[in-house]
Amino acid sequence: MGEVELGFAIIATINATIRFSVPITFGALSGIFSERSGIVNIGIEGMMLLAAFSGFMTNVILSEPDVSSALQAAPVRLSISLAVALLTGGLAGLLHAVLCIQYKVDQIISGAVINILAVGLTGYFYQEKTETLGKLPNLISNPFSKSDSVTVKFADNFSFSLPYDIGSILFDKDLITYLSLIMVLVVGWALTHTTWGLRTRSVGENPRAADTLGIGVFRVQYTNLFLSGTMAGMGGAFLTLAAVGLFERGMTTGRGFIALAVMIFGNWRPSGALWGALLFGFAMALQNQLQLFGINLPHQLVGMLPYILTIIVLAGVVGRVQPPAFVGQTYEPE
Amino acid sequence: MTTTTRSQPPPAVAPAGTVQWRAQAWGAFQGLLIPILSVITAILVGSILILLNGRDPITAFEGLFEGALLEPRGLLATFRNMTPLILSGLAVAFAYKSGLFNIGAQGQLIMGSIVAAWIGFSVEGLPGWLHVTLAVVAAGAAGALWGAIPGALKAYANAHEVITTIMLNYIASRFAEWLISTGSTDGIIKPGPLSDPNATGAIARTPEILDSAKLPVIYTVPPNFELHAGVFLAIIATILIMFLLYRTTFGFQLRMVGLNLKAAEYAGVNVKRATIMTMVIAGMLAGLAGGVQTLGVNHHYEGNQSLTLGFDAINVAFLAGNSAIGINFSAFLFGAMDAGTTRMARNAAVAPELIQVVQALILMFVAADQIIRRLYRIREAGDGQRFRISWGNR
Repeated sequence: MGEVELGFAIIATINATIRFSVPITFGALSGIFSERSGIVNIGIEGMMLLAAFSGFMTNVILSEPDVSSALQAAPVRLSISLAVALLTGGLAGLLHAVLCIQYKVDQIISGAVINILAVGLTGYFYQEKTETLGKLPNLISNPFSKSDSVTVKFADNFSFSLPYDIGSILFDKDLITYLSLIMVLVVGWALTHTTWGLRTRSVGENPRAADTLGIGVFRVQYTNLFLSGTMAGMGGAFLTLAAVGLFERGMTTGRGFIALAVMIFGNWRPSGALWGALLFGFAMALQNQLQLFGINLPHQLVGMLPYILTIIVLAGVVGRVQPPAFVGQTYEPE
Repeated sequence: MTTTTRSQPPPAVAPAGTVQWRAQAWGAFQGLLIPILSVITAILVGSILILLNGRDPITAFEGLFEGALLEPRGLLATFRNMTPLILSGLAVAFAYKSGLFNIGAQGQLIMGSIVAAWIGFSVEGLPGWLHVTLAVVAAGAAGALWGAIPGALKAYANAHEVITTIMLNYIASRFAEWLISTGSTDGIIKPGPLSDPNATGAIARTPEILDSAKLPVIYTVPPNFELHAGVFLAIIATILIMFLLYRTTFGFQLRMVGLNLKAAEYAGVNVKRATIMTMVIAGMLAGLAGGVQTLGVNHHYEGNQSLTLGFDAINVAFLAGNSAIGINFSAFLFGAMDAGTTRMARNAAVAPELIQVVQALILMFVAADQIIRRLYRIREAGDGQRFRISWGNR
């Protein structure tokens, strides 16, 4: 393998890592919103799928020829599609909240309901061969041009090549990718520095005490479940509006569950979740890129690693994780 | 004085006894009423969805009914679908009785399925009864082993079984994918150890199992629709599980752990052992479900067989309120729904995924019984038997 190819392979792997990690990051944030307020959310997968579908379908409907051109302009069309996706996720989050809080359904059952419902509903309403007018554009274009690809020679026998698309690691990304980083910072800060964060954490740790202090426990949980849904929705929207631009049945392929693992991996903290998401994203990217590096392992075995890693972390072999104290239980006010 | 007061029948008790008896009967009746109303309501909501797509719900559900129960071929498919659903439903319910949430039936089932295929095609020269028994036992053992992992993780590292079983589902599916993978076309990556060297199609799979490993056929609908004997295995498993749970000390201990962990510990139950054994038996049941699919229906293992079985199992178990006998009925219902889907799709041009929506709604209504009670004005039966078990309870 030549040096240039190696450089390209490394950059391609980094880019693939980022691309895989974005929906997982949002999924993990979804889990953090929900679980920090005391509600287990295994329905992230379903919320993502529903949002991916609704965002895509909105884009499809607005792409039809008889829609007015004002709506069809890329920024308007894609903003509406993104908004619909977020709203769908939020509504699915609210459904989870209503089932868990109002109807006192076991939180794991409720999550399972949302997952099965999402697969069924999206499959039922999906029509084959639907077309859209393109996907989310890159926000900041790569300032390096092709001519910047240079070989740096340090000595006669040691040269180092820098492919032009090294810029694509930072640039040439869409809105949602940048937002994922921003949201990790914002949520991490807000959890510890705002009234909302304090309330969320107190509800997740000790709802009785929070209630005594006059915090509306259920109100906090409803709000957080809506936000949790929108986060999952963002992850779903990334798949259909930014990464692929198409919808396939069951296209989330377990990303919601991986996000759950990543959330635990990151000890229910946004920054930890980001590292977890990058690690998992890297493992997923590696599966596809192994052969580029001339490594001949079956990709299925490499694909097992993230899941094994999660179990190891969960078993406390590497560090201990601490879930919110009240997570999973139904709060009964007195 | 004291003797006279004692000999007097306390007046309040006798009527209270009748009231209690009535409440119990009412509760038992509701145990049937709520699931039935849940199914009906889910079908009604499904009909609305069909109308939304501009199709005729009556034609659709007629088609479903015909395809599932009226044609001999469909009825046979119903029984065939029912078999793994009973076994994997039991895998979920059995674990639940001891307070564990087994979302891992899918993974346990995959392990059972692929091991059954392996024994089925690789062991030669055995008489039929021995070969098929060996394959079934191996499938159960593989599932049990896969179930033991989350059990041990729960017992010794307090790792929550919901997450570990979800992870083990993915690990099992990747592992099986590798076992049957075809390798790369340039031959650099070798084919998986269980892959079919003579496979011609695009789908990776194991070789066909030998005739001696196939489950005996008990009924054939011409030309080639066969019902295998696995259905008896499912019924026997139901009886054994009920016996184990309600007629043995061990079963009593398991249920005690499920009802009140602290009390069980205090009473001297070895909770760690109970946890692991629960998951071993649950895993074995799911492994058997996978085994009968391979040995009775598919006769080989391929990646995308029984994709949702492990999750349907959760649905089947909860619709039956986790009762072993009830699971036979809910598995029949779900098996019938799956069997009739094709006919429904053909007759009414309704996408087959509709049935998945209906099944999800059934689970939702059964779990959120308050919705059904409110809709049909059914009053609560004393102490509601609501599902309550999650992250923190164990």
